[in-house]
Amino acid sequence: MTGTTPTPPPGTPPRATPDASPGTPLDGTPDAPPGGMPGPGPGLPPGAGRGPSSAAESPLLSVEGLHVAFPGRRGGADARAVDGVDLDIRRGEIVALVGESGCGKTTLARSLLGLVRPVRGRVTFDGAPLAHSARALKAYRRRAQLVLQDPSGSLNPRHTVYDIVAEGLRIHGRPGDERTAVAEALSRAGLRPPERFFLRYPHELSGGQRQRVVIAGALVLRPELLVADEPVASLDASVRGEILALLLRLRTELGLAALVVTHDLGLAWNIADRVAVMYLGRIVETGAVEQVLTAPRHPYTRALLSVLPEAPGDPVVLTGEPPDPSNIPTGCRFHARCQVLADGTAERAGVADACRSREPAVLHGGGESQVACHWALAAPREVSPAGPAPR
Amino acid sequence: MSLLEVRDLTVTYPGGAAAVRGVGLTVEAGEKLGLAGESGCGKSTLALALLRLLPAGARVGGEILLDGEDVLTMKWGRVRAVRWAGASIVFQGAMHSLNAVHRVGDQIAEPILLHRGATPADARRRAGELLEQVGLPAARARAYPHELSGGQRQRVMIAMALACEPRLVVADEPTTALDVMIQAQILRLIENLVGEQDVGLMMISHDLAVLADTCDRLAVMYAGRVVEEGPAREVYDDARHPYGRALSGAFPRIGDPGSRFAPRGLPGDPPDPAAVPSGCAFHPRCPVALDVCATEDQVLRDAGPRRRAACVHVGTDATGTPDGNGSGGTASARDDGVRSRTP
Repeated sequence: MTGTTPTPPPGTPPRATPDASPGTPLDGTPDAPPGGMPGPGPGLPPGAGRGPSSAAESPLLSVEGLHVAFPGRRGGADARAVDGVDLDIRRGEIVALVGESGCGKTTLARSLLGLVRPVRGRVTFDGAPLAHSARALKAYRRRAQLVLQDPSGSLNPRHTVYDIVAEGLRIHGRPGDERTAVAEALSRAGLRPPERFFLRYPHELSGGQRQRVVIAGALVLRPELLVADEPVASLDASVRGEILALLLRLRTELGLAALVVTHDLGLAWNIADRVAVMYLGRIVETGAVEQVLTAPRHPYTRALLSVLPEAPGDPVVLTGEPPDPSNIPTGCRFHARCQVLADGTAERAGVADACRSREPAVLHGGGESQVACHWALAAPREVSPAGPAPR
Repeated sequence: MSLLEVRDLTVTYPGGAAAVRGVGLTVEAGEKLGLAGESGCGKSTLALALLRLLPAGARVGGEILLDGEDVLTMKWGRVRAVRWAGASIVFQGAMHSLNAVHRVGDQIAEPILLHRGATPADARRRAGELLEQVGLPAARARAYPHELSGGQRQRVMIAMALACEPRLVVADEPTTALDVMIQAQILRLIENLVGEQDVGLMMISHDLAVLADTCDRLAVMYAGRVVEEGPAREVYDDARHPYGRALSGAFPRIGDPGSRFAPRGLPGDPPDPAAVPSGCAFHPRCPVALDVCATEDQVLRDAGPRRRAACVHVGTDATGTPDGNGSGGTASARDDGVRSRTP
């Protein structure tokens, strides 16, 4: 079953306490959780049925200054896959994390679930810092579940649908009637009547049904957060819409929060409240979906939107491939591919030097709309020579 | 005479899977035809059939006329000559279509050596030119596939497909699994090359939005049949077949308030080619199916200028004037029907 591996990732640094209780910060520093955090949250907040809860409430999941690096090959520089990210997810909120392959979005998602240990920074869930001991992670994963991209690869072909969905219950030793819980999870995921699916094997199901089984397996533990990595990328277009509608319905019915990792901006438009655009290990633009996708401010977001088939105006096709996370450019990490810098617009705005030499500040994790771009911050918002106009 | 004319093509795999069930298509020189459909609809089988690349045992019927010559009845020697030089295919998944143990330059040079009888030096030079044409430095000819990124490998595949200056290029999911930015680069490249050299292009994809943006004409396949055909933009914006309509609705238009928090799909799953439903194959999933659809096969019929659709609702109440008011009324009624069934 996805996301229920009880063992911590290998390569545990020695400084970590072998029996870290929930409450040990990730980086070993003993600072307390930020003030104002309530204890273990009550069930569902009022208003979970409609959109995210208010900004005043503390987030369900909070990431601060997260850095994840992988050792370089043959003594090369470390690959800084996640290079300073703040991100909050509130209860009942759907956040889309978008970016190209290699931008670090999957690594960020995995580190939220404790599958990758960050080098620096902290992940706080419901007010308590995420610990990486086996026990703490097991308890955590009852509340936060992962849904993977390829349902065929994440289902054991020799287990029946019933066993697949019940596995989480067995691992966590949940009390209550297993059969009822499995049936409920299956019907919540849209497999009805559930009894008809109990004894089926994954190969007997269609792609869409398999993804529903994966989602049912995640739901059976009644998690508060779902992290979905490209949940519909391997599905047919007509089936895709049905699975996305399911995710929306789960938010409405169960108040489930979700981080959806995707390269598909249309998906963000379809289901997300908030979007965070990631480039080379950093979030470069974030805000409400309507704001970011219809009036993008960062040149990278503009370029991504401009190459979509539907986009009005001239596409801004960036040349080259996404650069190497082991060799992140100085200054703004996007400056070498930036169309605004290349065509002299940044020069005229007087920020070209800053683009090449000064790194934009890390964006806050909260809901307000922000952009990590010297030019966008200097220029008046109406001037938009290099991207699709708001529609 | 059309560059490619496919007439009533049928392909049945051993075991009874009817992958293609009577498809007719034409591609003119310099034209870009998009073939859209979901997994299992037979679009890749069709591409393989065009150059007789299907596995032994597959039964193929109908005609495939390439410049007037039937590929299905050609002698093997002629088929081999036509492959690469007459028509070439850019396969999906450049990862697996390139030979991992040969340098990409040698792989591009191979068809030139075989078909053009070029000297090895000439073939190498030509391979270098082709690489530059697709936007890679000629020096990359010495690279092995694993040293290239996904987008670069796809460029190599395109260079190979162009190596013998074919009249027709078939691109099967050329940008699937590539990032949006790389996808845009590759699509632009294909468009430019086709425009410059006046070749015909058949582009196969599940992504209706990309095809509508790139191609002149669009054909939508479902369960081994073309169910809708017409000018690309018109089919995408105003499909006449309920499946075409659902498929185009499944691609959200960013900025459209109608699709915000309203992902659209289609209940049910694509049919199994080994057990195609009776009557109109789409009827079990169709939001506007009539009783007759379960028993009566629906063939392509005129649905406006240069448009055809295989639906019982097309042309029924507006015979002779398919674009008149009557048909407009049906279209909006159908629209409501589709929306009411989708979440």
